[in-house]
Amino acid sequence: MNFVATLRIALLALRINKLRSALTMLGIIIGVAAVIVMIAVGNGAQARVEDQIRSLGSNIIMVLSGSMTSGGARGGSGSQPTITEDDAYALNREIDEIHAAAPTLRGTGQIVVGNANWSTVYYGTSPEYLEVREWAVVEGRGFEQAEINGAGKVVLLGQTVAKNLFGDASPIDQVVRVRKVPLTVIGLLDRKGQNMMGQDQDDIILMPISTARKRVLGSAQQAKSRSVGSIMVKVKDGADMGAAEARMRELLRQRHRLQTGQDDDFYVRNLSEILQAQEASSKVMSLLLAAVASVSLLVGGIGIMNIMLVSVTERTREIGLRMAVGARARDILTQFLVEAVTLSLIGGAIGILLGVGGAMAIAELAGWRTELSGGSIVLAAGFAGAIGIFFGYYPAKKASRLLPIEALRYE
Amino acid sequence: MSAALIRVEELAKDYVMGSNVVPALRGVTLDIAAGEFVAVMGPSGSGKSTFMNLLGCLDHPSGGSYWLGGQEVSALSGDELATVRNRKLGFVFQHFNLLARTSALDNVALPLLYGGMPPAQRKQHAEQRLTQVGLAERLDHHPSQLSGGQQQRVAIARALVNDPQLVLADEPTGALDSRTSVEIMALLQQLNREGITIVLVTHEHDIADFAGRIISFRDGKVVEDRANVPKDAAAAL
Repeated sequence: MNFVATLRIALLALRINKLRSALTMLGIIIGVAAVIVMIAVGNGAQARVEDQIRSLGSNIIMVLSGSMTSGGARGGSGSQPTITEDDAYALNREIDEIHAAAPTLRGTGQIVVGNANWSTVYYGTSPEYLEVREWAVVEGRGFEQAEINGAGKVVLLGQTVAKNLFGDASPIDQVVRVRKVPLTVIGLLDRKGQNMMGQDQDDIILMPISTARKRVLGSAQQAKSRSVGSIMVKVKDGADMGAAEARMRELLRQRHRLQTGQDDDFYVRNLSEILQAQEASSKVMSLLLAAVASVSLLVGGIGIMNIMLVSVTERTREIGLRMAVGARARDILTQFLVEAVTLSLIGGAIGILLGVGGAMAIAELAGWRTELSGGSIVLAAGFAGAIGIFFGYYPAKKASRLLPIEALRYE
Repeated sequence: MSAALIRVEELAKDYVMGSNVVPALRGVTLDIAAGEFVAVMGPSGSGKSTFMNLLGCLDHPSGGSYWLGGQEVSALSGDELATVRNRKLGFVFQHFNLLARTSALDNVALPLLYGGMPPAQRKQHAEQRLTQVGLAERLDHHPSQLSGGQQQRVAIARALVNDPQLVLADEPTGALDSRTSVEIMALLQQLNREGITIVLVTHEHDIADFAGRIISFRDGKVVEDRANVPKDAAAAL
């Protein structure tokens, strides 16, 4: 007996009991839709974290100034300016695992151009900063070493700042004033979007660290000390982050002349690690969601088995007749198996449509990010088919084992 | 000897009920030649149904042998028996056993489906048989749209569709009124005249009287096997 004929018999049997077939499919429909939606939501959450990692730059380690204790009052992190620009250059020079290290001085202030103004954050840094953050200059150019050495009056604008001061016009070669210091805009930074805290990373301007120290911050003490707020370090791809961190710590202790047993006067923070932990937890979350959804798929499968068993009992005489006119055991087996698989595949197809629609609806209505993947759809469809075979096999086997004479006589 | 279509020797069948062995057939030996119209009679429990099931290759005998058209079938496996049923036998049942919500044409074509015939030929054969039983106008009707007599005609067409060597009819008139019964018997007689061997089980003497040979069973044995001058069913209508 050929397959097309078997398929026709199966479809006919399903049509005869429309309501029952639909209800049986419902289990699979809900299961498949749930799996697809859950995977889409899970992937969406994961993609968000991955985006944040990408916008931060990968393999980032921050070195921060330590705390100062004076008269029993312990200052917070950064209260004692212990790390210096030269620490950053030493890290760059002496540790092989480090791709780039950028010293940064941070300040806030108003930036003025003509009669427009905008309050923002400014960073004094070195050309390595853009490398560390993997931040491209989309218009104009980055800093030159001469500008770092000579406190050049130049500045790079983030997208948000440029938009607020210049609208859609090009800011290049325009002069802006930061704390009354006129600086020429030499470049426009690429868009970074929000960071993991929801802060706008494009609301920023960058200037040479010497310019920030000597001209803008304008504090004599700071100008002398060469101290910086933090050093941002990018470790080379593939290098061991832990080992790099240990070597950095060692080098800095040496440079700061700390004795054995004395506490570090700086902090080392591995930012990527925090994000990676977040990524791992969102991965676990999406696995968990998929697992819960799979349970409903499993329940749908049991529903199929249940209905097929009822159907085999109900159609015992039909099976007997088919056997009497020449159906072999495997013809009966195939017929009922095809019926079960057809149920689960049609259910699976409807479930896929619903799941895709559901994922889009969630993205639209709840504003969550969802990522539909072809893989999850194929997986769900395959799973539905497998469930049809798995849960359809037992009832089909049972049908095929009936003795023709007993099946014919069944009342 | 070789002319016999059916040859059974010491055919026996026991049913096991718990620890009891109940003999249903206790050694039956007989021949049926091609072209005969045989009625098998007997009260319930006489073994006539068991005998029919064995002839129909629906059950395995406990002992003895059965040759069908020269082929020893008592030792065949389940799937081989299915093939024998498909190629050599046609069945007519008391309750018709048609597939619900399936057209008369598809019901008749069912054995051909399992025989592996291509769809176009199946349709042609089934149509031809339905025409032969007088239902050329009812090809697309479902069983629920047909009368009892018409349903049994569909069942007969189904039994004939694979050109069987033997048609087995188990109480084919049991669910029909007397006039329709005679109509069905007239159809079977006509088919028999066209050369088809028929074995019919009945407990009604009126029905058995249309056959050319009557075999009576009691307690699992043949108690009487006699030739009969058949009544003409067509004339009795």
